Amino acid sequence: MPSIGAIQALLLTQAAPAAAGEPMQQTSLGSPSMMSILFFFMIVAVTLVITYWAARKTKTSSEFYAAGRSVSALQNGFALAGDYMSAASFLGISGMVALKGYDGMIYATGWLVGWPALMFLVAEPLRNLGKFTFADVVAFRLRQKPVRIAAAIGGILTVLFYTIAQMVGSGALIQLMFGLKYEYAELIVGVVMLAYVLFGGMLATTWVQIIKAGLLLFGVSLLTVLVLAKFGFHPGNIYAAVVEKYGQTALEPGGIVASPVEAVSLGLALMFGLLGLPHILMRFYTVPDAKAARKSVLYATGLIGYFYIIIPIVGFGASVLMPGGRKFISGIDGGGNMAAPLLAELLGGTAFLGFIAAVAFATILAVVAGLTLAGASAYSHDIYVNVIKGGKATEEEQVKAAKIATIIFGVFAVGLGILFKGQNVAFMVGLAFAIAASANFPALLMSIVWKRFTTQGAVWSILVGAFSSCAMILLSKTVWVDVFKFEHAIFPMKNPAIFSMTSAFAVGIVVSLLTPEREAQEKFEDEKLRTYLGVGAE
Amino acid sequence: MSKPAVSPLKDRSTRSAHEVIASPEFKALVAKRWKVSMVLLTLLFVSYYGFILLVATNKTLVNTKIGEVTTLAIPLGLAAIVIAFVLTAFYVAWANKSYDPEVERIRSQLR
Repeated sequence: MPSIGAIQALLLTQAAPAAAGEPMQQTSLGSPSMMSILFFFMIVAVTLVITYWAARKTKTSSEFYAAGRSVSALQNGFALAGDYMSAASFLGISGMVALKGYDGMIYATGWLVGWPALMFLVAEPLRNLGKFTFADVVAFRLRQKPVRIAAAIGGILTVLFYTIAQMVGSGALIQLMFGLKYEYAELIVGVVMLAYVLFGGMLATTWVQIIKAGLLLFGVSLLTVLVLAKFGFHPGNIYAAVVEKYGQTALEPGGIVASPVEAVSLGLALMFGLLGLPHILMRFYTVPDAKAARKSVLYATGLIGYFYIIIPIVGFGASVLMPGGRKFISGIDGGGNMAAPLLAELLGGTAFLGFIAAVAFATILAVVAGLTLAGASAYSHDIYVNVIKGGKATEEEQVKAAKIATIIFGVFAVGLGILFKGQNVAFMVGLAFAIAASANFPALLMSIVWKRFTTQGAVWSILVGAFSSCAMILLSKTVWVDVFKFEHAIFPMKNPAIFSMTSAFAVGIVVSLLTPEREAQEKFEDEKLRTYLGVGAE
Repeated sequence: MSKPAVSPLKDRSTRSAHEVIASPEFKALVAKRWKVSMVLLTLLFVSYYGFILLVATNKTLVNTKIGEVTTLAIPLGLAAIVIAFVLTAFYVAWANKSYDPEVERIRSQLR
């Protein structure tokens, strides 16, 4: 049973020479082709022009963090989809379907089901109650300092682990596709991404996400149509070809659901982790009101659902159409990550490969930019403005703090990316989702719906959620055995969410009941007016 | 945030924040919102975790062939994704049609 990070592990596997002896497909993958470089520069040029345009509209803190709340529901739907559909899901899930068949489909469904939950539980209240970060909501009626510090710890840990996994994965990926040296890849990602965020703030980041989501959906759709065309536009024919080549088991569930408890725990982390991802939650402040927030979730769910429905066709298509099949795909990259790019080259030539490679690169840039903005805001808005300055900072000070935090975060991202080169950091995506589901989500939900929630309850819930999920993953097979090379795992499961999330809720409830806070209960009435009617929303 | 109650003999069409919060309409609005959310969330749980547990525990059923080679597991997986989208769409339709007008009505009374 792979953990959430398994996909990411695939990204980190270095290229190995294809097995000799069999007739194999030739590929230009790994040697920098003119087409991929051309497409890449086109994407960077267009996004930098947008950044220049956005920079002139980005003066205040609300413009920097929330694009002046001017993003439409449809635009935000695309941007949310862009933030969520990482290179790992595009390359990793198509590769997993190519190599493992149906298990990849089970995994893909898990990535969508958080979106309805996000809608039903937090999207609208979040928009109405907050300003720039999810900590705004948790701290709304509680004591600012302790809650902000705890929430920033949860938020920064989530973003940091997610970023390291993205940076390390992207360095290896770019090396594999463009033949570019790992360190240069890290630097390029860092510099371009910083240009977007630093100068264009949330507006530029949003448009980078929209463009990237559009290109990614277009590329995958085209790939799907090309595959379907080979099979008379009938998916049944693809399945028949898959079974002929790899046997009936390719269409049957396998190892991913070997343990039901583990499968449900993974599902919980994927579902509720989304509700605690700071870079996703932050997007809801970019739309004008709760109604637009609601609509944007629907658009995002539609786009992401469509993506996960067609991705398996690409995976299955690669496994049957590639000469050499699974063996060749896993020969290029052990985890199958190159299934989609290889298929693009086979069906559309070097030009299409170049396009897909450039889109994958743009995907990494966009996701890292979104993460950087979220990480920077947790420090500059929550810690600097609300804790150090006691909420009394001028516009100028706020924007300056945000930009400094962005640079610091960007330098950290590149530095950690280089530091962790070649390390197994796959567990970090799983860790990010587990912390998000266990530290950020319970406190966020309880602050919205529970009148008797208190400052102490919030702080302890976040800390217990964050540290229990960290500890359990550290002691699980994923880290204890696979990274530290100990013989036996101390914690028996790979996905701790079922325990860590439950403990965070339990601790939040018990501590709140033990430390009643009259002021917080009184303010709950005001909060309700804002939560449900949007009265006084930013 | 809370407006001072200007006149105790208030105009029947306007109310203070506290009166709104205490009003049966507002309480009904909040209760209805969570009722709809909880019903939809339950359906989501049943469909998704039901799917996961089904493929984990009843291999004979999900491996039933429904076409020449296509297993039942494939449409089940697609259904899990489609149902998630349909539930989301249902919530938006409900909120646009019945939640928003009620919010507007209560907000217009507020002063």
